[in-house]
Amino acid sequence: MDQMEEIRETFFLECEELLEAMEAGLLSMNSGEADAETVNAVFRAVHSIKGGAGAFGLESLVRFAHSFETTLDEVRAARLVASEPVMRTLLKSGDVLADLVRASQANDEIDDAAHADVLAELTAHIGKEECAAEDEDATDDFVPMTIDVGDDNADADEAETSGASIAETQDSGEGLEAFEADAQDDGQQRYRIDFRPFPELYSRGNETFLLLRALTTFGEAEIQCNTDDLPLLGEVDPEGAYLSWTVLLTTESSEEDVAATFEFVQGDCELGIKLLGGGATQTQAQAQAPDMGAPGDSTVEPTAQSASSDDPLAEIPATSSTEAQAEQNDAAPDPAAKPTPPEPPAPKPASKPAAGKTAAKEAGGGPKPTVRVELDRVDRLINLVGELVINQAMLSECVMEASDNHNSNVATGLEEFKQLTREIQESVMAIRAQPVKSLFQRMSRIVREASDATGKSVELHVEGETTEVDKTVIERLADPLTHMIRNAVDHGLETPDKREANGKSARGAVLLTAAHRSGRVVIEVGDDGAGINRERVKQIAIDKGLIPEDAELTNSEIDNLLFLPGFSTASEVSDLSGRGVGMDVVKRAIQALGGRISVASTPGEGTTFSISLPLTLAVLDGMVVDVAGQTLVVPISAVIETLQPNEADLHNVCADGPTVRIRGTFVPIVDVGAQLGYRNPKSDFHDQVILLVETDDGVGTALAVDSIHDQRQVVIKGLESNYGQVRGIAAATILGDGRIALILDAEALVSNAGGAIAPAEQPLELAS
Amino acid sequence: MPLTVLAVDDSRTMREMIRIALAGEGFEVHVAEDGIHGLEVLGAIDPNVIITDINMPNLDGFGFIDGVRQSGGPHRAKPILVLTTESAPELKARAKRAGATGWIVKPFEKTKLVSAIRRVAR
Repeated sequence: MDQMEEIRETFFLECEELLEAMEAGLLSMNSGEADAETVNAVFRAVHSIKGGAGAFGLESLVRFAHSFETTLDEVRAARLVASEPVMRTLLKSGDVLADLVRASQANDEIDDAAHADVLAELTAHIGKEECAAEDEDATDDFVPMTIDVGDDNADADEAETSGASIAETQDSGEGLEAFEADAQDDGQQRYRIDFRPFPELYSRGNETFLLLRALTTFGEAEIQCNTDDLPLLGEVDPEGAYLSWTVLLTTESSEEDVAATFEFVQGDCELGIKLLGGGATQTQAQAQAPDMGAPGDSTVEPTAQSASSDDPLAEIPATSSTEAQAEQNDAAPDPAAKPTPPEPPAPKPASKPAAGKTAAKEAGGGPKPTVRVELDRVDRLINLVGELVINQAMLSECVMEASDNHNSNVATGLEEFKQLTREIQESVMAIRAQPVKSLFQRMSRIVREASDATGKSVELHVEGETTEVDKTVIERLADPLTHMIRNAVDHGLETPDKREANGKSARGAVLLTAAHRSGRVVIEVGDDGAGINRERVKQIAIDKGLIPEDAELTNSEIDNLLFLPGFSTASEVSDLSGRGVGMDVVKRAIQALGGRISVASTPGEGTTFSISLPLTLAVLDGMVVDVAGQTLVVPISAVIETLQPNEADLHNVCADGPTVRIRGTFVPIVDVGAQLGYRNPKSDFHDQVILLVETDDGVGTALAVDSIHDQRQVVIKGLESNYGQVRGIAAATILGDGRIALILDAEALVSNAGGAIAPAEQPLELAS
Repeated sequence: MPLTVLAVDDSRTMREMIRIALAGEGFEVHVAEDGIHGLEVLGAIDPNVIITDINMPNLDGFGFIDGVRQSGGPHRAKPILVLTTESAPELKARAKRAGATGWIVKPFEKTKLVSAIRRVAR
């Protein structure tokens, strides 16, 4: 039972990958870039999902996947052109399939009616005939098969007819009833089985011995081998088939069961199963013309019978229909039923399939081998490596303090140890990194849905899909990103007629990009819509009491109002983005990941939201600084340069506060000590060290600190779970000497200092 | 000597199911991810029975069976069972033409899988 659960888990894990592959394939099909292999890969993905789903009895999933797969098969076989409507259906089907997989995984009740429309679209593309053929329940309106589906279904058809005739004979044939009463006195029946294998039977890996042995399991069997056809030794073809057998079998088993023994060798042998003792049934594995049977005998074809009952598709001719026809004639049974096997020589075996290509050598560059590891184990490893880094730093510090000789063997060894630790750490981090591709792919669905719901025609452009980000970050980005994409379509883009009136193309564009930028990952969601309506935004904020009526706000401050809790621009809550989630929730989600979000908008040209995220959540390269007796860590990724200012470069040029001139540009100074409440604001910064940090506006800001201590990697320990979020502080870390140091959030400090909307936080101190 | 089986399937789920079902019967189970991998694995082991999926990347089941049958090697007459789905009867016919020994209909029950293997195993 547990094992089954485990496989189930494997199945759903695999489904995720398959769905991803399917989506990627569908998208490239949609853009017309797909080759045959892409279509094949999509087909395989859906097929595999269906296969697994069948094993777990997930019927809704199987049914849908089946129709989906059938349509894909039509496309694959070039019987159906992947036109725009077809692609639309396929994309939608992909979405439904993903939903069904997730619902199945969660054991949710599945309402088939919910995707009945998509199913109907699929069915419409497949065409009526095939649907009837595939739908087991549709026997009432059975439609004749088309030539496409081939001989197999024609056979099934035939099977059904003969199946019906069996029933008829058995119901009405008095002779048969009489016989049955007679023969089943002791419940035993006697069969005569004539069996003559063709060479194919052997070349396909079957074995007469096994078949005969299987017959003996039914009851008592007298087996006689007929060697009449054996040629002289010199003429023997080692791969030929010269022997035939006659078996007299006494058994309680039904003829069907006996015939099933030969299921795998149908078409590879001549087979006659005859019920002995009166007007018995006589059977031929190979289809027999109705007039061949002895008059008065009830003629049954066991293969057809099994085909019509157990497995409707069991009977597959191994040869094409014309060949089968020829064989039928050759293999006509002897009506007199002599004790020796039928006379006619074995039909000439069908020639080997011509397509004998050994594709084995075409081994292409397959996917790299991978190992699946539980995330917990990786996280544990990452934590341990984090501790190792701290430990190594502490050890280094102790040794350096204890010894003056920094060139000793110990010191050299420690240096190597440090390098190794770092390499281990990087490798471990890389385990968690994943390209954002999977995340971005999901967004194309969001765009599709949003564009359907709003009636706006939207195109999603994606850039930087291969950018790698920590897995947790990717997972936790899905919701905020979904919301932002919906917003972009719903609020960002204008309606098609409005766009055209403004000289834009009716089709709106949403741009989703990812890139590494100065040690962080920047993800942007942009649209080419009307831009933020600042007047309206401001008015709403005033109406909702978020800002005072007479507030003087810059454009960027107005834009940032969008992130305030309780703000929603949609005058009527639309079905789409109005799901009770505002941009404030998005912002909080991003901040929880150690990220920042900002917005830029140009009227008439569009709006772009940028999210800037750390590469990993576990460690960062930090600059250890002293401020008013406190040790703090500034993320190096934020620091552009450090400098000791000349007194001549320090100015108090305006009311905004002190500035420092760096290469001709005046940069505002942020007094870190004062910002965090460690000391009163300084007026003289000449004894301070300046850290020039990057800000989103591009100018940069100068952070003033007392001194720089060190530069090292620190393990991030979150404060949020114990402390809540503290403005200006990103997290904390443990230093080599065991002391705790706060990690600064440079950007927040800067925005706090200049025109802060939120009130300054309480000073924060840590006992050292 | 336990029966040795090679299962070729690109679906991890299927491989896992086959492995667990057969290992419980005391079979020795080897797996391969596609036809090419299957042919590679066959260079190193000597299974009593081979099970293969049809739809696989790189080299599909037909190509794989063909590769085994045409190899002229020790496995050329090995029993090969094909995993098929009911919806694909033509696959069964094609597989048989390619040289498959028999078939197992997906989704399979463990007992059917085992009995199919025992039926053809030498």
